[in-house]
Amino acid sequence: MQFRIWRGDKSGGDFIPYETEVTEGMVVLDAVHQIQAESANDLAVRWNCKAGKCGSCSAEINGHPKLMCMTKLSDLPPDEPVKIEPMRSFPSIRDLVTDVSWNFRVKKQIKQFKPRKPDADDGTWRIQQGEVERVQEFRKCIECFLCQDVCHVLREHHLHDQFIGPRYLVYTASLEMHPLDTEDRLAELKQAHGIGFCNITKCCTSVCPEDITITDNAIIPLKERVVDEFYDPIVKIYRKLTSLVPGSKAQVRDSSG
Amino acid sequence: MALPEFETFEYDVIIIGAGGAGLRAAVEAANADVSVGLICKSLLGKAHTVMAEGGIAAAMANSDERDNWKVHFADTMRGGQYMNNWRMAELHAKEAPMRVHELEAWGALFDRTTDGRIMQRNFGGHRYPRLAHVGDRTGLEMIRTLQDHSIHQQIDVHMECTITTLLKSDGRVVGAFGYERERGRFRLFKAKAVVLATGGVGRAYKITSNSWEYTADGQALAFNIGAELKDMEFLQFHPTGMVWPPSVRGILVTESVRGEGGVLLNKDKKRFMFDDIPELYKTQTADNEEEGWRYVTGDPNAKRPPELLTRDHVARCITREIREGRGSPHGGVYLDIAWIKEKLSNSDEHIRKKLPSMYHQFKQLAGIDITKEAMEVGPTTHYMMGGINVDADSQMATVPGLFAAGECAAGLHGANRLGGNSLSDLLVFGKRAGEYAAKFARDHSHGDVDNDAVQKAIEQTLIPFGNTGESPFHVQHDLQDMMQRLVGITRTEGEMQQALVELGRLDERAKSVSVTGHREYNPAWHTSVDLLNLLNISRIIATCAIERKESRGAHFREDYSQKDAEYGKFNLVVRKDESGNMIMERRPVQPMRSDLQEIIESQR
Ligand SMILES: Cc1cc2nc3c(=O)[nH]c(=O)nc-3n(C[C@H](O)[C@H](O)[C@H](O)COP(=O)(O)OP(=O)(O)OC[C@H]3O[C@@H](n4cnc5c(N)ncnc54)[C@H](O)[C@@H]3O)c2cc1C
Ligand code: SF4
Ligand code: SF4
Ligand code: FES
Repeated sequence: MQFRIWRGDKSGGDFIPYETEVTEGMVVLDAVHQIQAESANDLAVRWNCKAGKCGSCSAEINGHPKLMCMTKLSDLPPDEPVKIEPMRSFPSIRDLVTDVSWNFRVKKQIKQFKPRKPDADDGTWRIQQGEVERVQEFRKCIECFLCQDVCHVLREHHLHDQFIGPRYLVYTASLEMHPLDTEDRLAELKQAHGIGFCNITKCCTSVCPEDITITDNAIIPLKERVVDEFYDPIVKIYRKLTSLVPGSKAQVRDSSG
Repeated sequence: MALPEFETFEYDVIIIGAGGAGLRAAVEAANADVSVGLICKSLLGKAHTVMAEGGIAAAMANSDERDNWKVHFADTMRGGQYMNNWRMAELHAKEAPMRVHELEAWGALFDRTTDGRIMQRNFGGHRYPRLAHVGDRTGLEMIRTLQDHSIHQQIDVHMECTITTLLKSDGRVVGAFGYERERGRFRLFKAKAVVLATGGVGRAYKITSNSWEYTADGQALAFNIGAELKDMEFLQFHPTGMVWPPSVRGILVTESVRGEGGVLLNKDKKRFMFDDIPELYKTQTADNEEEGWRYVTGDPNAKRPPELLTRDHVARCITREIREGRGSPHGGVYLDIAWIKEKLSNSDEHIRKKLPSMYHQFKQLAGIDITKEAMEVGPTTHYMMGGINVDADSQMATVPGLFAAGECAAGLHGANRLGGNSLSDLLVFGKRAGEYAAKFARDHSHGDVDNDAVQKAIEQTLIPFGNTGESPFHVQHDLQDMMQRLVGITRTEGEMQQALVELGRLDERAKSVSVTGHREYNPAWHTSVDLLNLLNISRIIATCAIERKESRGAHFREDYSQKDAEYGKFNLVVRKDESGNMIMERRPVQPMRSDLQEIIESQR
């Protein structure tokens, strides 16, 4: 089978043709490794688990952002070379490896998890399965950054200083909707984290290898919370009143601050 | 040759490895107000721990109130065939519940019981349902929780940085040396205390559930500065890895499949695990299939099905079926969870809910729907029980200032690890290592770094650039092939002697491997460095496996197929002496404290 793999670094690069023999069940990452062992020993690529669990092997395959370890060669058109290139929204380091350090810096800026006081006698919490499921969806994220790669706000408009991107909206959602959390992250979401830049194109959702419904389940509910908090006086008053309901997040927040 | 320059960093404590053990150690050390550097080969959050599936073992007694630390202790010792360090097993059983609750306080969200507590599931060798879990992605939950917690502490993280050498001076460790991958630049880390949390050795084998990172670095780094390694013959082969298609061979199929009711069948659809039940477990194993099902669905009066016997035993039974011609078409056996549709009307949904990543993995990689069809599975190299010999309480190795925790340390698991006992090991002993390393750092000042040692480390790693030999990938590949054939799941003296001869040849080949290109993110170069560790440790594994002339736990000798009480009296310990030779010692097992002995007796 024929391959065209982008090789280069931040000063530039090009697609280089390779050929390697393909056996049943092989995924793109296997082919890359085989090429590396046979004819391109210094071909740079990241990977760890080879089972879609670590989010290391993100790349663009025939133009689509995907995990190389979960993309079967038999699912790609056999008569044209497979085109493999690094994620394009991040600066190149070498070959298929990109500089994703921006993501790690962004995460640090999001306020940390802050649990309410334990409510059971044994010093722990009682939480129902129903309450954890919504957040468990977000916590499936393997930080592959494919959603960051595809989001036009970052990819085309390069608003990295003003917008945290879908991955970190999912992360914020996982904290904001955490049944124990008492922190408030809405002001930053609106300002520094730029949730308003998202215009709900859903491209992020469509590439997520963990099938997280990023836009509908994380971003839209967050947007609604931001709107309620900052634009709608009636909802705001209502929230103040309902904050007297024991255990509600608002109440805990008020009583602690 | 003019040697390249290097950057120097200085910390009170450095932690090498950012899996569960390393992150937990880093958090603890940072809390103790010492400066902390955390170093890892991959990006943060990608360490092996992220791949763990089934759960964290801790006797919280949420799903069965008869559970307590004593039962967990006894289970761990029985599983390890009493070769474990009993003090570690005690600390582990006592402290694991606290460490799990702490994770919850840091944001982890485990699956729940109906009364809102952390739910626990069945696993092999655990008497009661004991594994806290999140579907079958528990490792992800754990590493992400630790990672997200740690980024708000005072911890400097050096990602994609590989340590190649530990530095010693005046008999104690004083730092570490290595290179960062991106630019290939060298880095010196001066430290008052060093924690190794580098994980396992699985990359020495062809069929493995382990990633490229598992090249025995920590074990080799410690050995090279004279620290003791222990129990290196005890390498766990997990009974269920994928076998088809070839490219996924070895990828893990979690034990939770069996914990949720999955059964093992041979090609005649016979449930062969009922045929051979070991003496130690006779009284704890189900009498028939019906009782087994009752057990996995939570009947407290039922005994566990034989599929949930310890991993060493299950792996050997599978190997026997395959060897005697009763295997599946691709050289495995069948693992069937789809059959539970006979018992549950919503079985499809139940399986997808409880085993989402297994469902996904088989669907995507093998084209198999596990809610409808059986999987094909076979043994895969999985976990190193042996490793750096440490003090049970402090996790300090035999070289002062050097600490080790997690898979790279030895002691807790003895001859065989129970599933779920690794994630809890990481938390319990990661914390202890961080705590005692910080204490050591407070009591000591920085030592002098020996410049010659640094220069030598640089020279050594750059050799392949000047060579003209074959590629390091070839040598690594041949090593993996050889270890799989000759020092695998069933072992004989003749084959292992042969392995030593072949290791000699591979050593020679490794000396002349060549690397093209430059130092910037060059996987061939990285492989050439890791290769030396793999060879080093492979030799130790083979040597210890030859010395233990009996079968015990994960170590199975065809030529000595029985357990031998004499061999149960000692652990094998190796170290390097001043002149660079390997010394092996039969270290007597310490007599157990009487109160612990009583627990063992009462749990028989
Ligand atoms: C597929 C799979 C499923 C598993 N499921 C379970 C389970 O359900 N329950 C359970 O208890 N256990 C399970 N295990 C075992 C368990 O996951 C591992 O034993 C455990 O995660 C090891 O953790 P660790 O912190 O010791 O090392 P790791 O998480 O492997 O981390 C090692 C770290 O060391 C770094 N490192 C290594 N060498 C160097 C070097 N030279 N320089 C710098 N850094 C270095 C690596 O980059 C990495 O950050 C599973 C294992 C696998 C493979
Ligand atoms: S939905 Fe929003 S975050 Fe997602 S890709 Fe579109 S603009 Fe970006
Ligand atoms: S949300 Fe999905 S696409 Fe984005 S980083 Fe996480 S797993 Fe990847
Ligand atoms: S290698 Fe882990 S997701 Fe592909």
